[in-house]
Amino acid sequence: MTFELPLLILLVVTAAGAIMVKDLISSVFILGSYSFALALVWALLGAVDVAFVEAVVGAGLATVFFLLTLFGTSEKDTHIRRPPVPWTAIVGLPILGMLLLYGAGDLPAFGDANSPASIHISPFYIENSLEQTATPNLVTAVLMDYRSFDTFIETIVIFTAGIACALILRKGDS
Amino acid sequence: MIQPHDSVIVRTLGHIVIPIAQLFGVYVLVFGQHGPGGGFVGGVVLAASMILAILIFGINAPDSVLARKILHGDGLGLLIFAGVGGLCLIGGGQFLNYSHLQIPNLDEASQHYVGILLTQVGVAVDVAVTGVSIAVSLSFEEDEISHDEVTHG
Repeated sequence: MTFELPLLILLVVTAAGAIMVKDLISSVFILGSYSFALALVWALLGAVDVAFVEAVVGAGLATVFFLLTLFGTSEKDTHIRRPPVPWTAIVGLPILGMLLLYGAGDLPAFGDANSPASIHISPFYIENSLEQTATPNLVTAVLMDYRSFDTFIETIVIFTAGIACALILRKGDS
Repeated sequence: MIQPHDSVIVRTLGHIVIPIAQLFGVYVLVFGQHGPGGGFVGGVVLAASMILAILIFGINAPDSVLARKILHGDGLGLLIFAGVGGLCLIGGGQFLNYSHLQIPNLDEASQHYVGILLTQVGVAVDVAVTGVSIAVSLSFEEDEISHDEVTHG
């Protein structure tokens, strides 16, 4: 409980800073620190694998890709002038936030053993995955064995992303 | 075009950090069944180490030979993943059902263990190749990458 409030403040401050900063390169670095704070939140919630992915991809690889993209642009593209906020956003976004908070009131409490996510198929994995797959890490067993076809399609998505970037961005004779 | 970095501090640190990062990537990959991590994270760490080598030493330096070689491996990881699924098909089962891997002297749970490990290697290779490929696409022209063998010395 002691860590939740500082982490929440850190998340809000870094997210707002990434939007409000004038220089895009500073914005990319602030976004990296936002990803790191979000990884701490995942670790606090007990989702260590998600925290690992968030730290490595969000704070590491995505920052590098953003910076490499910005290096290919000129000075006037990285220093942006932000237009004033329209009044529809000032009125509409708080209403949307209130609606989301109202909807979040009906969600099951964190760690609730009787929530639908905890009583549908999770008990089967928790009880059977170790003796069926000999894999102590439950998340890896679900991702790579019970749901391996989903992971296969995700791998295809990553492969397609690499091919598309190469087709669009690489120029040259060969 | 990213120029090679000429600061001796950066180059020395790169020589120290890059092997440790690659070792950590392989550790995360093979330890993913016993702790946090797995194929995706291990592949991303490996890709980050190779991108670091490209940014510090340049794409044509002898130190970046692994990153240059891995650019030709597009689709290899996907082939490993689908190959394990195909082996399950040959063994008489469904696609990616590791119970039908037909490895002698192994019980069913251990076959699942081997299947998970092999598919994780496939995911890691795919992610590492894609990461390096996107970074190279963003920062280099095609004709700046030398495909000749660079002699060490």
